[in-house]
Amino acid sequence: MQSSIPKSKGDRIFTVCNYIFLSLLILSVLYPLIYVVSASFSSADAVASGRVWLWPVDFSLEGYKAVFDYNMIWTGYANSLFYMVVGTSINVALTILAAYPLSRRDFRGRGIFMFLFVFTMMFNGGLIPTYLLVRDLGMLNTRWALIIPNAMAVFNVIITMTYFRSVIPKEVLESAQLDGCNDFKFLLKIVLPLSAPIIAVISLFYAVGHWNQYFSALIYLRDTDLFPLQLVLRNILIQSEIDPSMISDIGNYQKNVGLRELLKYALIVVASLPVLIIYPFVQKYFVKGVMIGSLKG
Amino acid sequence: MDVTRETVSKTIERKIKTKKSKSLIRDIKNGWQLYVIFLLPLLYILVFKYYPMYGASIAFKDFDPVAGILGSPWVGMEHIIKFIKSYEFWGVMKNTLLLGLYEVLAGFPLPIILALSLNYIYKKKFKKAAQMITYAPHFISVVVMVGIIFIILDPMGPLNDLISLFGFSPINFMGESELFMSIYVWSGIWQNVGFGCIIFLAALAGVSPALHEAAIIDGASILRRIWHIDIPCIAPTIVVLLILNMGNFLDTGFEKVLLMQNPLNLSASEIIDTYVYKVGLTSPIPQYSYAAAIGLFKSIIGLILIVGANRMAKKVGQEGLW
Repeated sequence: MQSSIPKSKGDRIFTVCNYIFLSLLILSVLYPLIYVVSASFSSADAVASGRVWLWPVDFSLEGYKAVFDYNMIWTGYANSLFYMVVGTSINVALTILAAYPLSRRDFRGRGIFMFLFVFTMMFNGGLIPTYLLVRDLGMLNTRWALIIPNAMAVFNVIITMTYFRSVIPKEVLESAQLDGCNDFKFLLKIVLPLSAPIIAVISLFYAVGHWNQYFSALIYLRDTDLFPLQLVLRNILIQSEIDPSMISDIGNYQKNVGLRELLKYALIVVASLPVLIIYPFVQKYFVKGVMIGSLKG
Repeated sequence: MDVTRETVSKTIERKIKTKKSKSLIRDIKNGWQLYVIFLLPLLYILVFKYYPMYGASIAFKDFDPVAGILGSPWVGMEHIIKFIKSYEFWGVMKNTLLLGLYEVLAGFPLPIILALSLNYIYKKKFKKAAQMITYAPHFISVVVMVGIIFIILDPMGPLNDLISLFGFSPINFMGESELFMSIYVWSGIWQNVGFGCIIFLAALAGVSPALHEAAIIDGASILRRIWHIDIPCIAPTIVVLLILNMGNFLDTGFEKVLLMQNPLNLSASEIIDTYVYKVGLTSPIPQYSYAAAIGLFKSIIGLILIVGANRMAKKVGQEGLW
């Protein structure tokens, strides 16, 4: 609220403190990110001896070279892309198919179905029964294990349903019905073209979810050729399981150890790059999604 | 237009007259296409959400993979009692509850403070930049997040460099079980404080400017306006979110805990979910029934908490989840 009334001394102090607080917060959010990026562009030596603290020291691309030579990372990248694209397509299709009937007030049994859906958000069978189901369906160690069990999220169904309700007036449906339009056609020709914004929002939610997911892969997959990027990352970053044969430069032991550490920094940058590049352009959709989600259905 | 209105209202009247049993069948007949559309999602929910709930009945059986869920013999509450009496029970329960509570109590106020602070920034560019930067970590994956934690807190990492610069001896952060929960919670805050404030910013945007104008004319300072206008106006949002957060505080970020766990901090980092994972899936002889029983135990407590939280939300006069 800016006004022509001159600010009091207290308010001026507040504003100054406020800027200082936010600046400190921004710095503390940014610093770890800058540190990792800078270290990834430094030499293994400089990182190991702790000389990097803000900007790259002894600029080098050794770390990135090691990442590029590490084949598993690229299979992981390709797999993650596959899971993301196929998974998200199935997610979006199922979500719309679920949300549209639920958004119709004249859908008989809506209350029961709604309860069935919402209840799963509060109670679930747990890890073991789900694992046994996936195993019994013969999906263990196949790509389907990462896609089918997560084919739809009820939360996204609810925000999509809320959107349909607020955007498609009852009158449109009534007049379309009078013109002889059936429900299939209505969904395809009228609802879908009107729902581009919500499709953008839920696709983003699902896509980020697929990209960042590691746990399903950890329990369902054995075959390293099927591993998504996050699982490869886990093995390298968390378990420090680095296949020495994947690092081409087998020099002296000391150098190898340094390179292993450097590989981690470069890897973090490479793995987060796609999301962080797209992020500024899609940020507003995420914000929109949070807002729609906060409205009640 | 009028003619169509009339016909529509007539059909509605007719519908009202012939309500009761006939209209149900007719509605389903008229709307069969909706059921066809709904079939696939419903099937998914039934198979992947409800079948595992039925599968959870192995918690009361001695699950035999050959005999299947139906064929395995019943043992009643044996597994749950075994868990409650087990040596690990109190430690695991304590860690789960403490971690959940710590996360809610420390993580909840900060997004509100951030939202209030952003709300009084009038320089648009600065505000935009601040939002953009603080939202960004939200999109970093758990694995990368934990990787960054390890790097920053490494005995040779930047934080320890800073500590030794001040003359203290370096700390092996990930090896200290007392530090585990703080690292978990504060790294979570680092990652999510920006994103969490979106909803409060929206609530603050809904505060009527007239209130602020009147207060300014009366000479209220910014702090006064925050205290007497902003906070009361967004209180409903705060209360609902707090109660709902309390409702599912058992669902701590299991994936992150699992990644951060190591033998040194296990006494603080073993929570119900990680324990289930170990007992059921990674041990050489998987004890499916025992693990399922522990999982079910947690799910039921979780359900009670959510239902209770929702009741409370309604009691304080707010809309709950349902």
